Amino acid sequence: MTISQMPEPSPPRHPAIVRVTHWLITLSFLALLLTGVEILISHPRFYWGEIGNVNTRPLFTLPIPSSRDTVPTGYGYVLPDQNGWSRYLHFEAAWIAVLTGLLYLAFGFSKGHFRQNLFPSPSDLSPTSLATDIARHLHFGRPTDDEAWSYNVLQRLSYLLVIFVLFPLVIWTGLAMSPAIEGIFPALVTGLGGRQSARTIHFFVTIFLVLFLLIHVLMVYLAGFRKRVGAMIVGRLPKAVERL
Amino acid sequence: MNKISRRKLITAGLVGGAGAAGLAVAANIAKRFGLIPPDAGVLYGPGETLTYAAQRLLSRHSMAREFPRTEISKDPFANEVDPLGAEFKRLQDGAFVDWRLAVDGMVARPAAFSLAELKSFPHSTQITFIACEEGWSYVAEWSGVPLAHLLNLVGVLPQARYVVYRSIQPDWWESIDMADALHPQTLLTLGMNGGELPVPFGGPLRLRVPRQLGYKNVKYITSLTVIDSLKRFGKGLGSSAPEGGYAWYAGI
Repeated sequence: MTISQMPEPSPPRHPAIVRVTHWLITLSFLALLLTGVEILISHPRFYWGEIGNVNTRPLFTLPIPSSRDTVPTGYGYVLPDQNGWSRYLHFEAAWIAVLTGLLYLAFGFSKGHFRQNLFPSPSDLSPTSLATDIARHLHFGRPTDDEAWSYNVLQRLSYLLVIFVLFPLVIWTGLAMSPAIEGIFPALVTGLGGRQSARTIHFFVTIFLVLFLLIHVLMVYLAGFRKRVGAMIVGRLPKAVERL
Repeated sequence: MNKISRRKLITAGLVGGAGAAGLAVAANIAKRFGLIPPDAGVLYGPGETLTYAAQRLLSRHSMAREFPRTEISKDPFANEVDPLGAEFKRLQDGAFVDWRLAVDGMVARPAAFSLAELKSFPHSTQITFIACEEGWSYVAEWSGVPLAHLLNLVGVLPQARYVVYRSIQPDWWESIDMADALHPQTLLTLGMNGGELPVPFGGPLRLRVPRQLGYKNVKYITSLTVIDSLKRFGKGLGSSAPEGGYAWYAGI
């Protein structure tokens, strides 16, 4: 077959930069989550304000065992301490996530990715359109063929929430727990109500990110796991869904 | 292979090459300016170097946050301390009169200071928090001699880059770079909340490094060594923390 006989390639469903950054962020998020849980179990108590320790009243306590015998948990045993490597990996994964995120943002803004693919159109945001889409999701309706090529409005809104609210917030509250960064930008901490508040918000934002991850994977599963994951890896949809 | 994929391949190759060259240049610059932490290994070295270098570039003159008196924790948590041993007991029985802080290494005038001598030096007081890597924290008023004052007394030689400090507990030794050692809030702490520094909190002598986590704030300090390289100490990772799996730099 000569070049002139090759069929015209259809455009990729996802640009290469979106696919690469998607999986880099996925890997670093999973590393951050695992190591975050390890760090958390060394003190599964949460506080509000500037200070908090086993001598002060917690805002709430997680009903789990701890990796420190100084924390009263009600369990008769202490889990092994995994904080050393967990901390090294947490901060390295954080760098990968932040640098990858910046690359993605630069691409998203400069190439119109956010405008074309993520910002919903005003008509999509009308109450009837939103209600229809919510109802369809609640009935676990199968996505239309169009949606293989374009995100629906709920999808757009949840991606925007993750990209522009949850990730910035989890990074901010993470930085606010660094004693050195605190000295450089005190407003990062005082703006949140204190160091322990930052830690507590960090925890809740993580819960929301995990919820997003679970729903995201469920939706991908309902839409056709192989097709959608394939499109996010190689960029192309199977022949049957391709627009000719 | 069609034109587009060849062009893509060349572009990807160029980008990859430029990236690798950029990394090599960045690593060289970091090394030249002493921005690679001593525990930087293959796996976590890049992340640790990014953190340490970024914070050093930003934080050389920044101050740890100070609090009003009303924020001082009423019931601070001292954390557990391993058994202190016979030598500590002997010194404690003698009201720490024989406690000495030895200073050696790259200094013009090596010396050993008693607590009484330390108390006669100009004092500094700060209300700052101490935060454990586990997540908990408290605020206290700490008073003592700025480490910078002592280092000026003994005369640090120009090639010095780190200060190693050791606890009377043989498993505990740490080190900080000169930026932290000469920082005005880095304090040889003798007092807490208006009284003597209690033994559970590190008394009679603790080094406060408020811009780093609790484990860099070693209790029961007996000696300091000023040095240009950490290679010859322990396993060469900078302190006992990385030997136990924890990062040397704890400014996070």
